[in-house]
Amino acid sequence: MADGSIGFWTVPLAVLGGAIRVSTPFLFVSLGECITERSGRINLGLEGTLVMGAMSAYGISYLSGSPWLGVLAAGITGAMLGALHAGICSLPRVNDIAVGIALMLFGTGLAFYLGKPLIEPTAPRLPAIDFGWWSDIPQVRAALRVNVLFLIGVALAPILYWAFRTTRWGLLIRTAGESSDAARAMGHSVLLIRLRATMVGGFLAGVGGSFLSLFYPGSWNEGLSSGQGITAVALVIFARWDPLLCLWASLAFGGAAALGPALQSVGVTSGYHLFNAAPYILTLAIMIITCSPKRTLTGAPAELSITR
Amino acid sequence: MTTEAADAAETVGAIAPAADPGFLQRYGGAIEYVLIPGAALVGALVVFGIFVMLFGKNPLDLYFYMYYGAFGTWFSWQNTLTRAAPLILTALCTALPAQLGMVIIGGEGALLIGALSATSAALALQGMPPLVVQIAMVCAGVIGGGLWIMLAGGLRQYRGVNETISSLLLVYIALAILNHLVEGAMRDPASLNKPSTREIGAANMIGTIPGTDVHWGLVFGLIAAIAAYILIHHTVFGFAARVAGGNIRAAKIVGLGVSKLILTVCFLAGGAAGLAGMVEVAAVQGRTNANLAAGYGFTGILVAFLARQNPLAIIPVAILLGGISASGGLLQRRLGLPDASVLVLQGIIFVFVLASDALYGRIGFLKGKS
Repeated sequence: MADGSIGFWTVPLAVLGGAIRVSTPFLFVSLGECITERSGRINLGLEGTLVMGAMSAYGISYLSGSPWLGVLAAGITGAMLGALHAGICSLPRVNDIAVGIALMLFGTGLAFYLGKPLIEPTAPRLPAIDFGWWSDIPQVRAALRVNVLFLIGVALAPILYWAFRTTRWGLLIRTAGESSDAARAMGHSVLLIRLRATMVGGFLAGVGGSFLSLFYPGSWNEGLSSGQGITAVALVIFARWDPLLCLWASLAFGGAAALGPALQSVGVTSGYHLFNAAPYILTLAIMIITCSPKRTLTGAPAELSITR
Repeated sequence: MTTEAADAAETVGAIAPAADPGFLQRYGGAIEYVLIPGAALVGALVVFGIFVMLFGKNPLDLYFYMYYGAFGTWFSWQNTLTRAAPLILTALCTALPAQLGMVIIGGEGALLIGALSATSAALALQGMPPLVVQIAMVCAGVIGGGLWIMLAGGLRQYRGVNETISSLLLVYIALAILNHLVEGAMRDPASLNKPSTREIGAANMIGTIPGTDVHWGLVFGLIAAIAAYILIHHTVFGFAARVAGGNIRAAKIVGLGVSKLILTVCFLAGGAAGLAGMVEVAAVQGRTNANLAAGYGFTGILVAFLARQNPLAIIPVAILLGGISASGGLLQRRLGLPDASVLVLQGIIFVFVLASDALYGRIGFLKGKS
């Protein structure tokens, strides 16, 4: 192995690297959606939020020269889209799923419109931490180049898990999600709780988008996100609205999504497009296995329109 | 509203003909269905005007070029109608399952699979009389697209998988299958820059309506929309579907076969979108390639919601949105707006239409009472 060629081991290594690299947007979107859904509302528009986040992060990073300002801008953009979603949903008789679809189209359209001048220039990218310094093998080093956002995401999952169980805010969000009547009886505004939960969810999804344009793949173009947002929403369902399970599921997804490029790098090109669809097929397969028509899903917030 | 109440209102209307509340009581609801989406549309256009104003464009120019590019000349009318044809069909893919209370947003996937099946049928039957090939293409497109959405419906009914998410995931899977086949097994070796299948042959194209440049797909769309309207509103099957959509427990108690209803409706819905794919192949592209993923399936969702899931209302709404997308080219050339401006406008319209749902039954003067 001293000559640096590690043959077929490239594939599992690239999948591991992918699990770390590709999973970050999945992780942020699913944690954000987890907060929103726990409050009893589903935001399908996070696909649009992700793309808007990627575009605004790239734009601000290019204009200001600071990628971290870009990440912040992406989060704020996401929170604003979340506020828009929550605002429309708080009108009577408005279906949150339909509003999500509308914002998915609106977010992507707006990002493509505003992002037209950003396709050419190169923006400063987020730095990575080299965890592979101990190894001489370039593939190992490449796989272990970890972005700070990934670490933040990994830390966020147990924090959210803890917050849902023990903090006042976590309990309020869960109350709104399990029984809006109970929350109202306690004197809290359900709409306000959901507004905040959707804005925080949008913020996280926007940050996930900034990872796409500022780290991996690391540029802005219109094909940047192809369904990562919606896959992450589905991921929350089979993670049973549990932030810790969201983390593991995101890692599995990142690995699946890295399978296509990894196989291509060792010369397996025939099923390239099919391997690229692996995350979607995996999502569908897991949903088929874990869902059941006879009972509602364990852990599902009772107010969620998708489980009723 | 009960008949007695309506009669009573009519009597009052006869006594005081100036106010005529009976008219409003009878038709107030119908007026709402025109007035509220119309107002939402105007609101969206105003917001879009302000949006382009922020980029230094004159909104009045914008409205003029939009009108001109969509309905201003016979040429733009033909362009609009050509784009409306697939929109009618993909909108049915959302509107039909909506009668059952299902939100299907995977029309784009069914369109791609329909196009792929229709192309395969045409390539397999090369040398047969054109009419045979065309009929085979229609059947293949409808069956391919129909089975694709039926999969989402079946997963919902038998496995409890949310149909909104599964149908959207199926779009990405359909696109992957299409790319896989046109770059692999079905690739025409002559297509270098844009991997495509072989052409279905000029003789097998469905051609245009005499005297126009609008292809026959528009007629397919009109027939499908009218047939869907009759099916939903004037047959026992449609009535059963609407009962199941309104109250699934009641439907089960009266013994309706809900599974069969869901699968059939999903098949018809996907079949409509698959037909749109067939039309795009047999009237526009002549072959299958990635160009087919032009977003007709996603715009169709907007058409269905704007038409309030009514198959007949889909026809004018599809023409309207076909017009908006037809004017996109003119906006790009004359005003220098990016091509995504059509997407932005569609998004704003969608948001406004959904927000306007809150207005139904709340407009004072339409209630027939002052």
